[in-house]
Amino acid sequence: MTIRRRPTLRGRDQAAKPEMVSEVDATLTGPPNGQRPEPVSGTWRRFLRHPMALVGLAVIAALVAFSFLGPLVYRTDQVHADLAQSMLPPSADHPLGTTDAGYDVLGRLMVGGQASLAVGFAAALLSVIFGTLYGAVAGYLGGVVDDVMMRVVDAVLSIPPIFVLILLSAIFHPDPTVMIFIIAAFSWLGVARLVRGETLTLRTREFVQQVKMIGGGPVRCVVRHIVPNAVGTIVVKATFEVADSILVLAGLGFLGLGIQPPDTDWGGMLSNGLAYLQNGAWWLIYPPGIAIMLTVVAFNFVGDSLRDTFETRLLRR
Amino acid sequence: MTRYLARRLAHALVVTLCVTAVVFVLLHMLPGGPVRASLPINATPAQVAELTRQYGYDRPLHVQYGTWMWNLLRGDLGFSPQLNMPVRDAITERLPKTMTLMVLGIGASLLIGVPMGIYQAARRYQRSDYLLTGATFLSYAAPVFFVGLLLIDLLAVSFRVFPAGAPQGDSVAEILSQPNALVLPVATFAFCGFAQWSRFIRSATMDNLVQDYVRTARSIGASERQVLWVHVTRNSLITIVTLLGLHLPTLFAGAVIVETVFNYPGMGLMFWQAAQNHDYPILLGVVLFGTILTIVGSILADIGYAVLDPRVRLTA
Repeated sequence: MTIRRRPTLRGRDQAAKPEMVSEVDATLTGPPNGQRPEPVSGTWRRFLRHPMALVGLAVIAALVAFSFLGPLVYRTDQVHADLAQSMLPPSADHPLGTTDAGYDVLGRLMVGGQASLAVGFAAALLSVIFGTLYGAVAGYLGGVVDDVMMRVVDAVLSIPPIFVLILLSAIFHPDPTVMIFIIAAFSWLGVARLVRGETLTLRTREFVQQVKMIGGGPVRCVVRHIVPNAVGTIVVKATFEVADSILVLAGLGFLGLGIQPPDTDWGGMLSNGLAYLQNGAWWLIYPPGIAIMLTVVAFNFVGDSLRDTFETRLLRR
Repeated sequence: MTRYLARRLAHALVVTLCVTAVVFVLLHMLPGGPVRASLPINATPAQVAELTRQYGYDRPLHVQYGTWMWNLLRGDLGFSPQLNMPVRDAITERLPKTMTLMVLGIGASLLIGVPMGIYQAARRYQRSDYLLTGATFLSYAAPVFFVGLLLIDLLAVSFRVFPAGAPQGDSVAEILSQPNALVLPVATFAFCGFAQWSRFIRSATMDNLVQDYVRTARSIGASERQVLWVHVTRNSLITIVTLLGLHLPTLFAGAVIVETVFNYPGMGLMFWQAAQNHDYPILLGVVLFGTILTIVGSILADIGYAVLDPRVRLTA
């Protein structure tokens, strides 16, 4: 077994290297370093150069179209049970079969996808907004405030989320809005830590010092200068957060504690499939399971590509 | 080291206090308050009033918190009317079985993940590395419950190789006496866990391969095989200890879901059933217990790291 040495072992892939060089050039000739985020078009172009990003984006677009536009084309009744049509295997009438309550599985996959995607996006958005503000304020103010704020984060982080998620779902009647808040209640913590770390380095940079010197208040510093400069980190984290939120929602749905029937999400569909697995009803588990995996892989592809694009120091995967 | 430990313990104590406060608040936020929570659903108003007085729920909140904490310190986590046993006994009966499942699951995932990560680091940026990276992506994206269902469908329903249900029994010995039934739950655990170890070991090995000690080892004539699998691996493995300690929350999540899928009689299944039946004393007791275990785990991880790696000095 031979081990070939490469000059840089830390580079994630070789394709990214020429771009790194050109980027250095751009910062040397461009406006003063760190003054404002790079023009969006340049970032966008570098992002699209990753083949994985394109695949991920295409899959996400397809899943969104499938879930939200699909029901307009493929009309099914997902509200009223029809026991005459119960547990049919896939056929021409029902391409993916029917459930125990007689719902068409393909149609249900669309309805469930709406809930999974919408709740996933919304929970990620909520946690990123709150976590960003929390982390930026803690990092910017520093001192005792920072200490107290981060100890709170530590305290919540040491509670195993699964238990509290289940507890909260058992206490509150879980509809999609409640689920968004329950999921976000835990996922903002990681964002807050990340943004705080970023803020700690940003606040000592010259451009922030200059804003302070010419009389900019703390709100202006955080909102106009620190958060925009941490946007790469935040966007990457947000992408992974969507995937995680969909997984958490699916997990709770699987445990029967998610969105309640007749509404459903992909996890709830799997939970329904568990009861009939022994009867060989494979069509109840494969469609939602594969849908979940596709979504999560797609968001991870996009997140990975974004991380390479922004070259953030995010430690994940 | 001592100073560091003292600080860590003080910190842990504060966090535990915060968590008890949160759990106490949750207990009082429950529909119908704590009395309803510990009575069967068909209890009469007279019974509710009786219990309210008996447990002192008519007293001011801070007094109640004091009493509750005092009971907690004596190891009294409350009583579950639905299981008709103290919460503490319910947990101590179920915990060893959950631990057994978790240990076997982690063991299996490490056995797959660690060699895989080392191999990937040795073959970095080659086709086999990319292929295995693809496999880890799948493992990351596959929800535990879907993997469990797949394994049941393939290995228990289509090909009747293993039973679909987990081993049943009251003691760890009984569980272990049915290894056939343990295979699928442990395999589910392993499939969902190996990715994080292999990714981690891959990057740790790649970092270690450029260290000076590797050059020294090579220069005194160690073979590549020896360098990779002995010198580098020993250093990469150290950090796994830390990771293990910090992964308790994830492991709990895995345990709850695996136990639910396979009907494994552990703490996770008990917690899930308690959620279905609104058995709040059990729910809150397990939350508190799980939190304390998590805090202890992270402290042990730090200490273990310092003990194993003499370069690490813990300072306050």
